[in-house]
Amino acid sequence: MKSFLKYREIWLLAGIVVLIGLISTRFPGFADPANLRQVFNDTSILMILALGQMVVILTRSIDLSMASNLCFTGMVVAMLNAAHPAIPIPMLIVIALLVGLVLGAINGLLVWRLNIPSIVVTLGTLTIYRGATFVVSGGAWVNADQMSPDFINFQRVAFLGLPVLSWIAIVVIALFFLVMTRTAIGRSIYAIGVNPTASVYAGIDVGRTKFIVFCISGMIGGLAGYLWISRYVIASVEVANGYELNIIAACVIGGISIAGGIGSVGGAVLGALFLGIISNALPVINISPFWQMAISGSAIILAVVLNARGERRQGRIILRKAEAA
Amino acid sequence: MTDTPAPRHIPDRLDKPLSSAIFSWEALLVVIAVAIFAVNSFASPYFLDPWSLSDLTFNFTEKGLIALAMALLIISGEIDLSVAAIVALASTMMGVAVQAGAGTPVLVAIGIVVGLGCGSFNGLLVTRLGLPSIVVTIGTMSLFRGIAFIILGDQAYKGYPESFAFFGQGYVWWVFSFELALFLIAALIYWFVLHRTSFGRRVFAIGNNPVACQFSGVRVNRIKFILFCLTGLMSGIASVLITSRLGSTRPSIAQGYELEAITMVVLGGVSILGGAGSILGVVLAAFIMGLVTFGLGLLNVPGIVMSIFIGLLLIIVIALPIIWRRLRVGRFA
Repeated sequence: MKSFLKYREIWLLAGIVVLIGLISTRFPGFADPANLRQVFNDTSILMILALGQMVVILTRSIDLSMASNLCFTGMVVAMLNAAHPAIPIPMLIVIALLVGLVLGAINGLLVWRLNIPSIVVTLGTLTIYRGATFVVSGGAWVNADQMSPDFINFQRVAFLGLPVLSWIAIVVIALFFLVMTRTAIGRSIYAIGVNPTASVYAGIDVGRTKFIVFCISGMIGGLAGYLWISRYVIASVEVANGYELNIIAACVIGGISIAGGIGSVGGAVLGALFLGIISNALPVINISPFWQMAISGSAIILAVVLNARGERRQGRIILRKAEAA
Repeated sequence: MTDTPAPRHIPDRLDKPLSSAIFSWEALLVVIAVAIFAVNSFASPYFLDPWSLSDLTFNFTEKGLIALAMALLIISGEIDLSVAAIVALASTMMGVAVQAGAGTPVLVAIGIVVGLGCGSFNGLLVTRLGLPSIVVTIGTMSLFRGIAFIILGDQAYKGYPESFAFFGQGYVWWVFSFELALFLIAALIYWFVLHRTSFGRRVFAIGNNPVACQFSGVRVNRIKFILFCLTGLMSGIASVLITSRLGSTRPSIAQGYELEAITMVVLGGVSILGGAGSILGVVLAAFIMGLVTFGLGLLNVPGIVMSIFIGLLLIIVIALPIIWRRLRVGRFA
């Protein structure tokens, strides 16, 4: 099982290297370390979001409200910054994490306490959170000139050769790696996805763990909210509209099984990187960006087809031949 | 689907026939619909006008048509997130045909054929390769809309023939639009297929236990394939209607329709885990969503705020029976 997971990520890594190689034949500067650093930085937000979504998907749930959470939290911190420029940025980040946590906890409570399927809960909160953004902002935008220079520049400051945004992504990746591979909660998350019934008998509180994963994805959504708004320096109701599906797409390309239990931090990061490279490369090699959706759609389908072979081997159903027929 | 099987949130009809008729999901929806209707008619003097009520129907007929087929698909335990992208692709193809000088019958045929084609592509991927439909259709959603973007770029196609406008703007009898008539006829057909034929019984059975179905001699994959084709077909038909109503094609057409159609289905009492639901519920839910958006529109509430009400409605209506049951058992949470 473990070697198989490694196998999948090596394949993905190889795919990315080939992709970069192909792009370099059309645009020699692409494989430059400086440019690759730029690509990593551009993909940081998607990587962070994909990790938050990953823990939810691992427990056989899904969080469709992540992009709306990002939009709402981003608007809240942008408005706070516009109204009170004196609030220090670390404080704003803590506020973003807390707002995201509350939104995630609402999802988690509905899933945990009322046993409503997560796809229904987050389908509802997807529209509610985005609508709430309109209510708090009154439909107005927060523009670049209303944000304080600190708010905008914080993530752009170079630190040891990388922008702070990249460092935040690296820290988040490291944290997720530690939690998923070295802690009891990480093991419980995998266990629930592989077999929820057995997890109950093993003493894992399935409902509470699901609540926790929604809190995690909520906090990640909140963090990404601040990062997104300060990166693209505009806060509006339209921010990241429909982005929830890009996040899930990154997970799927990264080999995370939508049926739960299968997936890794490395996979989610590489999946996001794959999508990031595509969107970065298209303009520089003179392909119209309109191709982007179709290419990432094809990549998703290809990834699912490749993943499916691995998932079949899980053998949850004894009479596999009949099931496949 | 992706969740572990939770207790069904549909009232158990088999337990007590009489009380379940009164407290059924559909009865709850009727009460909600009547309440919203009453609130609307008090809130705005313009609401009860026949023409304004006729306008109301345009708020749900196109998405409702898709929701009818989606209901069957979800009952069978699958889902299709690509429906809005199919609408966009079919509309784009119609736009291309118009540029080439195609007439109305050709346009309608293109809409239907593209819809069927996309649906069967989804169906093939899911049934032949045994892939989870939620992921496959996230992929085809990007693929179909991506193709529309490649063909259209940032332009819009116009110049649809005048006879084509009938589908989205025509009236069959006084204030009854062609769209509403088509929706009601389609609802009757889907009701009959789901609740009165062996095909419909098999759809329910597959949603409850696909493996047992397979062993009972039901051709699970063939039925699922047909359901994906039907969803594609209805998206193609919806594409003809919406393109005709707007008179233009853009790659961003019908954005977000997939989630609205699924909301209608779930609000209509179809279990997202498969195996339970009714067409009557879906029709009522479509009507309720039309009422909410139209009523709030008359009160000048912006569209994005309406979505709060739709989202709240979805969660509250689903949560109510669960809370109610727990209160009766005296064991909350």
